[in-house]
Amino acid sequence: MTARGQTAVTEAPAVIRLSGAACTYPGPPPVRALKPADLVIGRGEHVAITGPSGSGKSTLLNLVGLLDRPTAGTIEIDGQDVGGSPERRRAAVRALRIGFVFQSFHLLPHRTALENVMLAQVYTGLARRGRRAAALDALAQVGLSERTGSLPSALSGGERQRVAIARALLNRPSLLLCDEPTGNLDSATTAEISSVLEGLHRDGTTLLVITHNPAVAQRAQRRITIRDGYLTEPPGPQAAAPDGARHVQG
Amino acid sequence: MFRARRQAGGSSRLRSRDLADEALAGLLQRPGRSVLTMLGTVLGIGGFVAIVGLSQTANGQIGTAFSRLDATEVTVTDSAAAAAKTPTLDFPANADARAGRINGVVAAGVWWTVALKHGSVSARPPGTPSAGLRLTVTAATPDALAASGAALRSGVLFNRFHQDRAQNVAVVAAPAAAQLGLASLADQPAIFIGGQPFTVVGILSGNQRLPQLNLGVIVPERTALRIWGPPSHGNAAHMIIRTRLGAAPVVASQVPVALRPDDPAALTATTPVSGSSLQRTVTSSLNTLLLALAGIALIVGMIGIANTTLVAVLERKSEIGLRRALGARPVHISAQFLAESTALGLFGGLTGASLGVVTVLVVTVLHHWTAVLAPGLVLAAPAAGAVIGLLAGLYPGLRASAVEPAEALR
Repeated sequence: MTARGQTAVTEAPAVIRLSGAACTYPGPPPVRALKPADLVIGRGEHVAITGPSGSGKSTLLNLVGLLDRPTAGTIEIDGQDVGGSPERRRAAVRALRIGFVFQSFHLLPHRTALENVMLAQVYTGLARRGRRAAALDALAQVGLSERTGSLPSALSGGERQRVAIARALLNRPSLLLCDEPTGNLDSATTAEISSVLEGLHRDGTTLLVITHNPAVAQRAQRRITIRDGYLTEPPGPQAAAPDGARHVQG
Repeated sequence: MFRARRQAGGSSRLRSRDLADEALAGLLQRPGRSVLTMLGTVLGIGGFVAIVGLSQTANGQIGTAFSRLDATEVTVTDSAAAAAKTPTLDFPANADARAGRINGVVAAGVWWTVALKHGSVSARPPGTPSAGLRLTVTAATPDALAASGAALRSGVLFNRFHQDRAQNVAVVAAPAAAQLGLASLADQPAIFIGGQPFTVVGILSGNQRLPQLNLGVIVPERTALRIWGPPSHGNAAHMIIRTRLGAAPVVASQVPVALRPDDPAALTATTPVSGSSLQRTVTSSLNTLLLALAGIALIVGMIGIANTTLVAVLERKSEIGLRRALGARPVHISAQFLAESTALGLFGGLTGASLGVVTVLVVTVLHHWTAVLAPGLVLAAPAAGAVIGLLAGLYPGLRASAVEPAEALR
């Protein structure tokens, strides 16, 4: 991550690059949910974003996930400026490059775990052949090979979140966006999901995790704080230099 | 595979097979609600198919029954007499012969209803204390009886001999004979019409074309003229003409001139209402009402589908948000809800068409009719249901496409 006009810390090729990206809701009254911010996340990084409620975490995730548009600045995913692209292009990036994991899982209640995972390829334009096998692989990757035919109502909270993670992984995205992935889980299940995410990181998946939970944030390589729309990150390698923080220019 | 798609920089796509699967899955999420939503379309389409099918079937029956008589009968009315204030007979004395010479005529004869000024019909002589019967007395030529298809139960019909001599003979319809106590003609029984004695020569069992003859007494035309004079005002004379098959319209156009070349306008010739006209008359009013009801049911069905789909859009906002996060464009979301409403209409149309066909079959079997159903109608009904569903889904589809994903996922 960089402050505005400063050099990015990461050395890996950027998966996400925000340049002066800001978001103001028109209101009335207008709300500056995210002040202009620069952020670079390299391939394979595990980044946690923490902050109190209303600080702008979800706004940041919606911008990075292309679910909302910035009112200023640019957003690049894999080197392509998509912040202001037509919806057709942004939808394709969401389908093929970004995986989402939500706090409330967002599983379709009348579909089995396998069907929920397969849903991730419905809008990719990919051939239907092989969809089932890929979904089974994704479920195996999160340890749910035995529950493929279960409805969400028959799964525990941790299992549901693992189904959601499998769905997010199905298209092998460049970036996995996790919005409070353990927010609805007890501490044991939180540890279980955190381990799954760590495993994905070890396998090379780029993770951006928004969380209230310090234990979950602690597992990330980089920890960014957001408060009143301002991003803050301790300078340098965080394990080595935890003593300072740089504010992004507003 | 993924890399190729990413490098191609393509847009998100929803395959038609995926769209169909998603729409079907959406409907099956709440099967009870889907069935109830379809009911309006089922009733509307079913009503349409049943009404049109039954109408076509009934028309077929009416057509069969009426086509024969329709094509072989002409009625000539003394229209000048009907307008006159004094008793008049505008048919010439040899009217039967003149009409009979027209090509295509099988038999033709004049008849009218006699208005008795005094008395009634009785089997006992005048002065005998017995109540006379108020029976219809008809004056007819022998050819009129032949043209009308009169059938005898016993005795004979009066003939040209009786007609030319204006003899007091009568033919009595079977019900009238029973009322008059005429069991047998062996003793040449007499009846009294307005005090005048008549010998009963025959008893009619029935009559195809002039049902009014089936209830009363018929006397020769000349006899009626001699005793009671020309037809009175309000009882104008008619001529019934039986023609060869299909000749009726041509005969009708020629007969007024043939009978009254000096004043053809005095006579009006008509053919019976055609089978198809009758069908239209009989069924059009009822059909209009029933089709209107079916139309209302269809509109209600469309509103039901629209309402249910709109509720589904509101209920499934988070699902819409999820689909957008997974790469759906607004047009994909619209397409899914449109596909769901169209499928509801299609299934409603299929069910309704099936029920309509079953209704037609049940009714025709119960009435021993032959079912008549236009295949085009049965095939078009589900398509109509689909169109109704499509129209009903337009507004909910637009609403669904306008859902903001970030808000829906909150």
